[in-house]
Amino acid sequence: MPKYTFSVNGKPVSVDVPADMPLLWVLRDKLGVKGPKFGCGIGVCRACTSHLDGGEIQPCVTPVAQAAGKQVTTIEGLADGDKLHPVQEAWLEQDVAQCGYCQPGQIMAAVALLRRTPSPTDADIDKIENVCRCGTYFRIRQAIKNAAQKM
Amino acid sequence: MATPTTRRGFLTFLVAAPTLTVATNLTADALPSLPAPAEITDLGDLLILAGTPTANMLVLEVTPDGEVRFQLPRAEVGQGITTAVAMLVAEEMDVPVSDVRVSLSDARAELLFNQLTGGSNTIRSVYGPVRRTAAAARARLVAAAAQQWKAQSATLSTRDGSVVAPDGRTATFGDLTAAAAKLTSTITAQPKSEEQHRVVGTSQPRVDARAMVTGQMRYTLDLDVPGAMPTVVRRPPTINGSVRTVDDSAAKAMPGVIAIAVVPTGVAVMAETFGQAIAAKDALEVTWNRGTVDELSDADIKAKLRAATLPFVVPPLLTQHIDGEFDFAFVSHAPLETNSAIADVRADRAEIWAGLKSPIVAKQTIAAALGLPQDSVTVHVTQGGGSFGRRLFFDAALEAAQISKAMRRPVKLMWTRVDDMRHGRARSASHHKIRATYALGQVLTFEHRVASVETDFRHGLGEILTATAAHLPVGGNLSFAQTVFLTTVKVPYHFGVVTQLLNEVPLRMHTGSWRSVYSANTRGAEEIMVDELAARLGKDPVAFRRETLKTDRQRAVLDKVAAAGEWGRTMPQGFAQGVGFHDEYKSCTACLVEMDARDPKNPRVIKAVIAVDVGRPINPLGVRAQMLGGLTDAISTTLRAGLHIEKGLPLEGSYSQFHYARQKDSPPQVEIHVMPANGEPGGAGELGVPAAVGAIANAYARATGIKPRSFPITFPVDFDPFPR
Repeated sequence: MPKYTFSVNGKPVSVDVPADMPLLWVLRDKLGVKGPKFGCGIGVCRACTSHLDGGEIQPCVTPVAQAAGKQVTTIEGLADGDKLHPVQEAWLEQDVAQCGYCQPGQIMAAVALLRRTPSPTDADIDKIENVCRCGTYFRIRQAIKNAAQKM
Repeated sequence: MATPTTRRGFLTFLVAAPTLTVATNLTADALPSLPAPAEITDLGDLLILAGTPTANMLVLEVTPDGEVRFQLPRAEVGQGITTAVAMLVAEEMDVPVSDVRVSLSDARAELLFNQLTGGSNTIRSVYGPVRRTAAAARARLVAAAAQQWKAQSATLSTRDGSVVAPDGRTATFGDLTAAAAKLTSTITAQPKSEEQHRVVGTSQPRVDARAMVTGQMRYTLDLDVPGAMPTVVRRPPTINGSVRTVDDSAAKAMPGVIAIAVVPTGVAVMAETFGQAIAAKDALEVTWNRGTVDELSDADIKAKLRAATLPFVVPPLLTQHIDGEFDFAFVSHAPLETNSAIADVRADRAEIWAGLKSPIVAKQTIAAALGLPQDSVTVHVTQGGGSFGRRLFFDAALEAAQISKAMRRPVKLMWTRVDDMRHGRARSASHHKIRATYALGQVLTFEHRVASVETDFRHGLGEILTATAAHLPVGGNLSFAQTVFLTTVKVPYHFGVVTQLLNEVPLRMHTGSWRSVYSANTRGAEEIMVDELAARLGKDPVAFRRETLKTDRQRAVLDKVAAAGEWGRTMPQGFAQGVGFHDEYKSCTACLVEMDARDPKNPRVIKAVIAVDVGRPINPLGVRAQMLGGLTDAISTTLRAGLHIEKGLPLEGSYSQFHYARQKDSPPQVEIHVMPANGEPGGAGELGVPAAVGAIANAYARATGIKPRSFPITFPVDFDPFPR
């Protein structure tokens, strides 16, 4: 099997897996990185949302070969040690999470949005398609707006 | 390690007899209705009654470093009960909330009926027992300090995790815990009076929020149980189909595949990663035996429900009347964490991990299926990634146990999203006929006939109702479903003679209680009829509700949303307000929404104002979270989210097809007002759905002129279904 080398949350990793194996299973089952969650496997629920070289990806539909030589950031890599990212802080201030299962993906999607659009409008926030089955959308919206002000 | 437990001294705890609530403040032009069964004894009362004998068998531990550990015999699935319970413990023991760790108990068979998480009943059922337990622990710590200091307990106080003497001496709970555990005298204690509460009633963020936002929260599939490898199941093309033949030659040769086994629900495949297990599952060649509803499609189900709807009593001859018929589609619970479980089954024992709201029944059922004594099956309750009723059942835990037994290996079982949506459980489709008669500006009769596909309650509820049915003051020999119906659903208005009847159509499909069970559809349809009645009587929807609601408490939440939401303000063409009300779980709520329905096929709720009276909010921030979730559920199921059944299988297989709301469907303006404490805590988890269903449907009707009759309102098959 081919060997792929890339970094996960700043640490270099190498894995021997088929080229088409979705990155999600490499992260979760091979590397023990459990923050990105499975929700659909076809890139529509976006619970696994993470970053590849800073851009948003859905690891469940990203073949591992695409990560080769690049930097993968998952929810675990967002904070700077104990210092949370402003989006994580905003999530705590709004007490956004209920079951919490989708929230790693929601936060990573919000961070990616704020990188592209530092002052998002409601219409910009509406474009985030991550499913929250607990229905916390309004608090997500508030948290994104508050984080935008901080950043 | 000190483990002061608390049975002693609290055997006198009794649930107060259910009180009869009858309105005394009738307004002039409403014809009074007799109290409905649910107004006398509701489902929550029955659950509390059944749990009473074991209500105080709670485990609280104070560790030498001063941490208070409390084992909660309930499931946390996002509803915030671990936070609320930590607050109750912190309040009674005078420790910071951050020093309390609430964990979920393993299945404890000795708790009998006291380990079921449902009916929005956790806070109602544990509010007294948790406070008594914590008060007892505090009293023992104080007594231990008194013994050491040769002082009277009554002279000592507690503050911030320490006992404090009048002379300024202090001892931490951690230092006292060993001595407290050795005390032999009987120490009684009463919880604080509610006037003394400083934590309860204040907004507290979730105790697990930081773990959730940093990716450290561990759900079932995130656990590392030695040897438990990724496993998925190839499932039949129709509900309840079974395996006829399997050719696994291709699958077996695929990379990473570890084991393949036939189980009652399909063919299980274990591999080194879930990706490989899924690929191998898809490579299996399987032929199938028929399922239980292979010929059945939506039109057949609708016809059966219509045929099963019981007749009205009042003929439409002598008085003016209004009739309405409503249909509601099946709805997947679709929690974001699919059905999942870990099982390690050995020859003489088994160990299970899963998010379980009825772990005792799970343990009993799994033991029977494995042929093991119950004592040999350990069932751990893990925190769940959403439930909405789904985790009342233990389908994945049972299946994982069967696979582990067949493969002779520990198993980490995950249902794919397609599995979860097509072979998981769903809210039953229902049909509703409502007739109201009226004369001289008042409602004379209000009849509601509900026909529903049978809802599966075989998660221990039947046993609870059997044990408590004798306490039902009305109803006689009701079936379980009718008991649930009559103890949950009630018309909150004085509408003269009111009757609500349920008839169920038994179809062998996978159903289960879905947030608010019958109430979302039943009360939602009624709230639509209330608006239509108001129009017939020439009355404003808020004013009409106001004059017919039974209590001032109910009117207060309605008044709150009418004022805060500026009811009646002018809206542009295509926009409208709508209002709904609901009373259940000893709580009540009103919801006012504003809708943009300029495109009637693509309406959006743009604002929601909710008021909620839960009697005594423990954590207002958590109550608001539950109401927000209920609102989003109502937006979804009223406007776009449902399952189409075609030839024995739901067509929807993922969130691209089952249209649960996304951010773009959610209102950018939401206000939720929690009314001040005024009594005992009521339930909140399911409360938000029915009033919001009514408000959304009513706003749609007012904005478009179209009477909503079939839900979800916009429900095309706008996708290519996945292969079966």
